[in-house]
This record gives sequence, C-alpha cells and structure tokens, in this order.
Amino acid sequence: MHGIIELKNIYKTFETENGVFNAVEDVSISVKKGEIYGIIGFSGAGKSTLVRTINLLGRPTSGSVFVRGKDFLSLSAKELRSERKRIGMIFQHFNLMKSRSVEANVAFPLKKSGLSKEEIHNKVTELLKLVEIDGKAKDFPSQLSGGQKQRVAIARALANNPDILLCDEATSALDPTTTKSILKLLKKLNAQLGLTIVIITHQMEVIKEICSKVAVMEHGKVVEQGDVFDIFANPKSEVTKRFISATSNLTKIEELIAEDSPVVHLNKGEKLVRFKYIQKNVAEPLISATSRIYDVTMNIIFAEIDFVQGSPIGGTVAIVSGKSEAIDRALEHIREEKVGVEVLKSGE
Amino acid sequence: MTEIIEKILPNVASHPERFFNGFVETFIMVLWTGSISFVLGLIFGITLTVTKKGAILEKRIIYQILDKLINLFRSIPFIILLTGVMPLSRLIMGTAIGVRGAIVPLVFGCVPFFSRQVETALAEVDSGLIEAAESMGLDPFDIIFRVYLRESVGPLVRGTTITLVSLIGLTAMAGAVGAGGLGNYAIMYGHDRNQLDVTWLTIIVLVIVVNLIQAGGNKIVKKNKH
Repeated sequence: MHGIIELKNIYKTFETENGVFNAVEDVSISVKKGEIYGIIGFSGAGKSTLVRTINLLGRPTSGSVFVRGKDFLSLSAKELRSERKRIGMIFQHFNLMKSRSVEANVAFPLKKSGLSKEEIHNKVTELLKLVEIDGKAKDFPSQLSGGQKQRVAIARALANNPDILLCDEATSALDPTTTKSILKLLKKLNAQLGLTIVIITHQMEVIKEICSKVAVMEHGKVVEQGDVFDIFANPKSEVTKRFISATSNLTKIEELIAEDSPVVHLNKGEKLVRFKYIQKNVAEPLISATSRIYDVTMNIIFAEIDFVQGSPIGGTVAIVSGKSEAIDRALEHIREEKVGVEVLKSGE
Repeated sequence: MTEIIEKILPNVASHPERFFNGFVETFIMVLWTGSISFVLGLIFGITLTVTKKGAILEKRIIYQILDKLINLFRSIPFIILLTGVMPLSRLIMGTAIGVRGAIVPLVFGCVPFFSRQVETALAEVDSGLIEAAESMGLDPFDIIFRVYLRESVGPLVRGTTITLVSLIGLTAMAGAVGAGGLGNYAIMYGHDRNQLDVTWLTIIVLVIVVNLIQAGGNKIVKKNKH
C-alpha cells in the first residue's frame, strides 16, 4: 500500500560560511490519501525545508520524492509545474497579492486553466463560500484580519482542485481562537473533499486538534512518528515529551516539587503519585474503586483529561495515604489496569 | 502683454525662437532617451532580479557580468561618458553631435541608473509571493509579469519619476556635444552673455516640468495603493 506522498531517505544540505549544514537528514515519510499528517518541531528543526521537498520548491540533495506514484525528481520543469497545480500550499504569512482584491487573488492561479471569465467567477464564488468568507470578494487583503487572509489563501490554494494541501505554519501567526477556526475549516475540507493535508507546525495543539499521524523532528531528523494518540500516550523522545508537556498541566507537579510547595507536602507514609491514562478506555472510575477495595485515601491534587483523535488521554496527580502495604497493593492493582503509575515523592 | 514680457525678459523676447528650440530639443532628448532607457532598464533590472542567487532563474555568470557592467558605467562621470562614446554614437546614429549625437551617451548614462531603480523596486516584492506563485505552478515568465512587475507598480513608477528628473539634468550637459536643449540655452546665453533673464526663465520652466513629472508619478503611485 503506497502513500499519496512518499519521501524516502531525504537529505538536504546547505553550504554556509561555516561549512555544510544538514537541514534535513535521512527522513522518510509516507502520507496516505485522505490523511491529515502533522510534522512538528521547534524552529530550525528542518520541517519547512522538508515540506518544500514535496512540491520541490526546494530540491532535496539526495533521496526520492514520489507523489501520486510519480517520481517528482525525474519530471521536466514543465511537467513539475502542472503537478504543482494539484498540490495547494498555504503559508504562515498568507502571501496574498496586496495589489489584487480577494476575488482576483483567488482567481490568480486560474488564468491559464482554460476556464472562461464566467466560469472563473463562479469558481471563485464557490471557493469563497467553501472557506466561509463570501461577501469579502471585493475587499483588498489589507482590509482583512489574519484569519480571513488565511481563508482567502486556502481558497486560492484550492482553485485548481488539488488533492493535497501543504500547510507551512499556517496558524502560527494567528491567535488561539482564530487558529481553532482555521483548523476546523481544514478538517471540514479534509472530510468534504477527501483532501490529503500535510501540516508543519510548532504547536502541539494543532497536532492534537486535527492530525491523525505525526512525525516529530529535531535537528533535521525524524525522531518519532506514528499515530497521534500513540505518540501522545507513549512519547519516547525528549523533544516529544517537551512538546506534550507544553500543552499539559500534569508536568506542573514537578515544578511544585522543586519549589517545595505546601500543596505537595507529605506526611510519613504518604506517596505522591502520577497516574497516566494511556489506554483508549479509561472511563472506568478506577480511583474511587481502588481506594475502596484497598482502604487507601487518594487526595487528588489535579487531574486533566484531554481528547486526542476522539479518545481521552491524560492523568491524575494524587497523594495516596494509608498503610504502606495497602498503598503498594493499590498501586499494583492500578498498574494491572494499564494505567501508568509514577511515584514522584514519598513522605519521610 | 507683449510689452510686459519685453520688459521683464528682454533677451528672451528678442529671440523667442531660441527658447522654444531649446525646449523642443530637451523634450525630444528626454522622450527618446527615456523610452529606450525604460525598456532596456526594465529588461536589465528584471534580469538582475531573476538571475540573482536563489532567484527563479539563478544564473551566476549573467548576474555577475551585468552587475559589473552597470557599476562600470555608473562610475563614469557623464561629461566624460559623453565624449567617450562618441565613436559608438557615430556608428549607431551616423553622427556624434547635435540631438541625434546625444541620444547614445544619454542612454548610456540613464540605463544603468534606471536598471538599479528597477532592481530595487522588484526587491520590494515579498519573496513569499514568489514562492506562493511557484507553488501554484506558474512559469518564470508569468512570475515576472504577474507577480514581480504587477506587485511593484508603485515602486517602479517612483523609480521612473526619479530617473526622468535626473535625465532632464543629464540633457543639460549634452549641450557639450552641441545637442542644444534648455541647458545649452541657459549656458550659452544666460551665462556666457550674461543674459540673466534667460537663466531665470530656464530655471522656472524646469522647476515646473519637474514638479509636473513628480506630481504625475505620485498620482499613479497613490492609485495603485490598497
């Protein structure tokens, strides 16, 4: 089963004054049709360089690029241009033409498409409706908000009916509410048009919100990739953990311990424990059941449940008190229920 | 009316045809040189922009040669250029003197300047726009016309205005090869024969012309702003 986008052993090196710089190193990625694939990394991780090897805005130094089964690196300039028309791309700073109206911006890629003036007009109207911004056709980009500009950019990217959309930090310049609304739009386009979407971002929120697959990049390499839920549940690399902790409160407990906050002050025999739900079925009221069966008290300091790809994920931090043996057995029981148990601190 | 003119501008009034000839000659020189330089400057400015490192048609050799040539001609003072290109003038125009003889050196003086103006104007186009256009599958020709030129109409008009004004200045020097024009008129009569009214009239007329050009340019720039 081949993906609609197949990148294999991609290397991209730049010559700089300080020698050769490997922006992307041995990256292989396979994106299946209809997927929303996220690539996350801090700035300078090489993700923007990587996404540009898909439509060859930047040719890889070595490796292979197959899109829709075609070997892109062997295409002529002309063939490549016609393939690019069917790969939409949107950018962090929208890249709209300031001297043209919204309408003209969306119609821009349609000039040599063979459509008549009327057909182009109808197509533009339809696209603006699709991105929920009809009524702004005559406005100029300078009159629009960031979110509206990105909607226009999306409409423009969809003008030639692409089946792939590349998003390069498309929400990074937007506020959280606008980001959400743009992500919702992308999700709708994915479902409605069967559009395959590749998203480059440094915001874990974006991945959590709409991606089904994710690749985590650091120093030009992919350090982890797979289903978003699995990555969230079992982050393996340090970077991934950092990204997740940025969106989760569960790691705040470490700060509290470091500060020796009264919230985490323990009496003798008590244990500060973090439970992490990593299975897709945590609805069971495990904590109260366990505390009843084993006669231990669980004082919940805080809990957080998030939904990733429609499944709950998250955890609880609690102070467990009771007989030492009972505590051990209770924790063992919880472990057996496939919940991650991590003793952060024991009372002396 | 005539009496008043004769009184304030006695030397101009006694030979008005000298003034009108000068004006027409300046106009012809600016028109011809301006048109030729506009086309050549656009071509060279675009070439510089697209053959630059990392640009859509990167070609190091072409960029380097053009860049150095422009620098070379920009560093030669115009008055030296005037006499320097005389043989070439003779070859192209058949003569090295008069208005016809002045066109070639004027073009040599004007094109490098305007090429740089075009290059600067096009550099104002956000590289993101070029990238977006490439991602849409536009060919280089379309990118030049529909993105580079179209998106920099304002800066291009501004550069053209500056060039036109400085071109009028250059035509004054062309008098050195007998090209005539208002500059020549002011030097020959106003300065050499101490006919002050000639100098004053020339200055006033030039101030008006330059202001008209500038106002026209500003109007076009404003119309293209959104």
